Amino acid sequence: MPTITLLILTFAAAFIALFMPIRYGNRFAFASSLAIFAYSVYLFITFPISPDYQNVVNYPWIESLGIHFKVGMDGISVLMVMLTTFLTPLIIFSVRKSEPRPRAFYSLLLFMEMAMIGAFVSMDGFLFYIFWEIALIPIYFICLLWGGKDRVRITLKFFIYTLTGSLFMLVALIYLYLHTAGQHSFDIQALYAAGKSLDAQHQCILFWFFFLAFGIKMPIFPLHTWQPDTYTEASTQGTMMLSGIMLKMGIYGLIRWMIPMLPLGFSQNSQYAMWLAVIGVIYAGIIAFTQKDMKRLLAYSSISHVGLIAAGIFAFNAQGLQGSVIQMLSHGINVVGLFFVVDIIQSRTGTRDLGSLGGIRLKAPFLATIFAIIMLGAVALPLTDGFPGEFLLISGIFKFDSITGAIAGLTIIIGAVYMLRSYQGSMLGETSVWTDNFTDITLAEKTILIPIVIMVIVIGVCPNLFLRVSEPAIMKLLSGM
Amino acid sequence: MNTLIILSVLGVITLFAEIFRFRKGLFPLILIGLAAAFTFTVMDYNNPQVYFGMMNFDNYAVIFSSAILVIAFLWFMMAQNYFLQETSVTDHFALILFSLVGAVVMVSFNNLTMLFLGIEILSVSVYALAASDKSSVMSNESGFKYFLMGSFATGFLLFGITLIYGVTGSFDLTTIHQHIATGDQPGLALAGVLLLLVGLSFKSSLAPFHFWAPDVYEGAPTTVTTYMATVVKTAAFAAFFRLFSTCFAGIAGQWTQVIWWMVILTLFVGNISAVRQKSLKRMLAYSSVAHAGYIAIAILSMSATSASAIFYYTLTYSISSITAFTILFIVSRHKNSKDISAFEGMSKANPLVSFAMTVAMLSLAGIPPTAGFFGKYFIFFTAIHSGYTLLVLLAIVAALIGVYYYFRVIIAMYFKPEQQLVPIKVGILHRIVLIITTILTIMLGIFPDLIMGWL
Repeated sequence: MPTITLLILTFAAAFIALFMPIRYGNRFAFASSLAIFAYSVYLFITFPISPDYQNVVNYPWIESLGIHFKVGMDGISVLMVMLTTFLTPLIIFSVRKSEPRPRAFYSLLLFMEMAMIGAFVSMDGFLFYIFWEIALIPIYFICLLWGGKDRVRITLKFFIYTLTGSLFMLVALIYLYLHTAGQHSFDIQALYAAGKSLDAQHQCILFWFFFLAFGIKMPIFPLHTWQPDTYTEASTQGTMMLSGIMLKMGIYGLIRWMIPMLPLGFSQNSQYAMWLAVIGVIYAGIIAFTQKDMKRLLAYSSISHVGLIAAGIFAFNAQGLQGSVIQMLSHGINVVGLFFVVDIIQSRTGTRDLGSLGGIRLKAPFLATIFAIIMLGAVALPLTDGFPGEFLLISGIFKFDSITGAIAGLTIIIGAVYMLRSYQGSMLGETSVWTDNFTDITLAEKTILIPIVIMVIVIGVCPNLFLRVSEPAIMKLLSGM
Repeated sequence: MNTLIILSVLGVITLFAEIFRFRKGLFPLILIGLAAAFTFTVMDYNNPQVYFGMMNFDNYAVIFSSAILVIAFLWFMMAQNYFLQETSVTDHFALILFSLVGAVVMVSFNNLTMLFLGIEILSVSVYALAASDKSSVMSNESGFKYFLMGSFATGFLLFGITLIYGVTGSFDLTTIHQHIATGDQPGLALAGVLLLLVGLSFKSSLAPFHFWAPDVYEGAPTTVTTYMATVVKTAAFAAFFRLFSTCFAGIAGQWTQVIWWMVILTLFVGNISAVRQKSLKRMLAYSSVAHAGYIAIAILSMSATSASAIFYYTLTYSISSITAFTILFIVSRHKNSKDISAFEGMSKANPLVSFAMTVAMLSLAGIPPTAGFFGKYFIFFTAIHSGYTLLVLLAIVAALIGVYYYFRVIIAMYFKPEQQLVPIKVGILHRIVLIITTILTIMLGIFPDLIMGWL
């Protein structure tokens, strides 16, 4: 019941937000998303430490095709739902008063939240696919209507690119469905059994089909070419939605759908997939180092961080998987905070170019402090949220193969380089003509950044608060193979 | 049979209405007549009747006839506006009603002569309608082209029928099925099958017999194009599948290879050509060719679920097409242009119409949660079930190309215009049509089981 309540509440909020009088639109959207967050916190606090699914609801939807509306949460999903519902109110609150068509904007953001929550709690393969696809429509319109100058071409490229991966995933799902025992069904357990029953060659082909879908979403090198342009051209809220939550859908898909279903395919191909991920980590990191546009820099840093998470998953041990779970949380929080800081800088100075900025610390010390904390979180300083994740991930990869682990470990250095460089370029040094009149952050902006900073510290100091919830499910996943 | 009687009588009354100057009440009368025909058709469900061995009103015929009648009902609501401005509205309506008779015959035939009759009744009326805009050179060209090439294709059909008769000694479908079901066939039978394939592929606009479609669709008046893209296509595919699944399923190994290549050709020619089109009407024409390719995949797979897949796809495609063509009709009337650029900025001026068009475009592209997605899903599902996985992968690539040009329309609508646009006035009948089709598209996309369980 609670799972469905979450979905219905979010859908209702999205629908009503479309018709709210413009004066109350902001407050309604923010209040409703906050209420949904409160509800999911309650679900998290009362969540039993167990490897099983909780709050499972199962309604037949399209009987003739074996499709059920089956949703439920386990330790991993509840953390993802928490992340989604935590970030959405912040994203909604960050919408500036000057944005045109505010009602449509809030409605699309809430629709996207619903679709992403749905993807995280689906226990039916087809339902997962439907939510996966539906999440694309709001983000497409968000990028199209509120984006930068070249948005038409870039968002269409993003849409078609992502759709390609999704359609290959659909073919794989249909194939697995046809191999489920007895009465065909899309139920997650039935699909698991079907995948395990296939021979190694077919499992390998299906592995790469799923990899295509999830690899494009995250993205993993070399399927990443859509990402920097899309992140740069989209409006801040669009980018925050994409990087904060939507790419986690891809990582979640790996853990929930691909690995348990195709064990042979996974064990034979995980090495190649890990190489791609690690190449992406280094490659994107080096490109991030050369960027002058802060938003583009963060986009490449996102590819780098996600490559590390994916590599940890492909390592397939307790450290790698737990590391990926906690790093998903930290990365989501960090990247939303960082993109918002860039948005603040851009709205004040009109530019994101590191060459033109400088000395903001002198004019806005509060912003500089907050930026420093979040940035250090992204760099994975111990006691910040990036550290437990990165430590676990690198140790997981190292356990799998020491050389790959060492190369992946370079991310510690490369990540620090470009992050510190972006901080130095914007915050330190002398003020420039653009930053001379920089006003410090307002109360509204503090309301968004302070919870993020709090979470950066909390996750960094006690990551076990979250890790213990997902641990049983991860152990079950590891032992099930 | 009642369906045919009602439709024919309706057509005759419409013809005679001209003499008695009965124009005002004609339109409501036709709608009532169509509703009555629909009711009688639905009553025949699970109650198969065979008439003289020539026509068999089994569930297949009932389902497709009801779909055709629903589409025709929506079409009349859409087209009433256009024909009222013509002096000879009665002639045009009568032609449509007679062609509906042909369509019903085409989905319920049990004898090859009835197939031929049905196709001819359907087509001749549409030839005349395509040329109905006498002042437009393009309309004249389209009618003439359609007539010439259509008659040529019917020639192929007749030749095929003759050869099949030569092999089996009968026009009756069950007898043919008994003769051809087993083992070795004389080359004559296969030749007959292939000639029938050519004739029917022309009607369904499958490549490489599709070359008439873009010109004819673009030249004909928009309302007639809508009829061609919806009813004619539905009837053609229903007839195609009925013939091939009843008679020639046994020798499927001989002709599936041909259809396989035709499908690939159709999908890519249709989708790639549509990409370059600036005129929305011509783009929809090429996309109609592409959709024929998708439906043909279900004929190729020839499985138990093919019939319902074809039914669902043609119905949902027709509904989305009616939306798209209605809005094209409204916009082209207002702006005197059928280009995609005429849609620019429409979201500010007519937000609800833009929403309807967006839903239609999403459905045609095959994006959930619209009905078009499930249409493609069912088709892909039957194909994978029958082992045509490679074909499905190629069809997916074609579908992605399709996304590109359908989204061009959506992008144009939500583009910021330079100057303030005047909202386009939309008539009450068009509004009702758009509301019905949009609701149906979304509802059938979320609950496809509503219509899937019947066949």
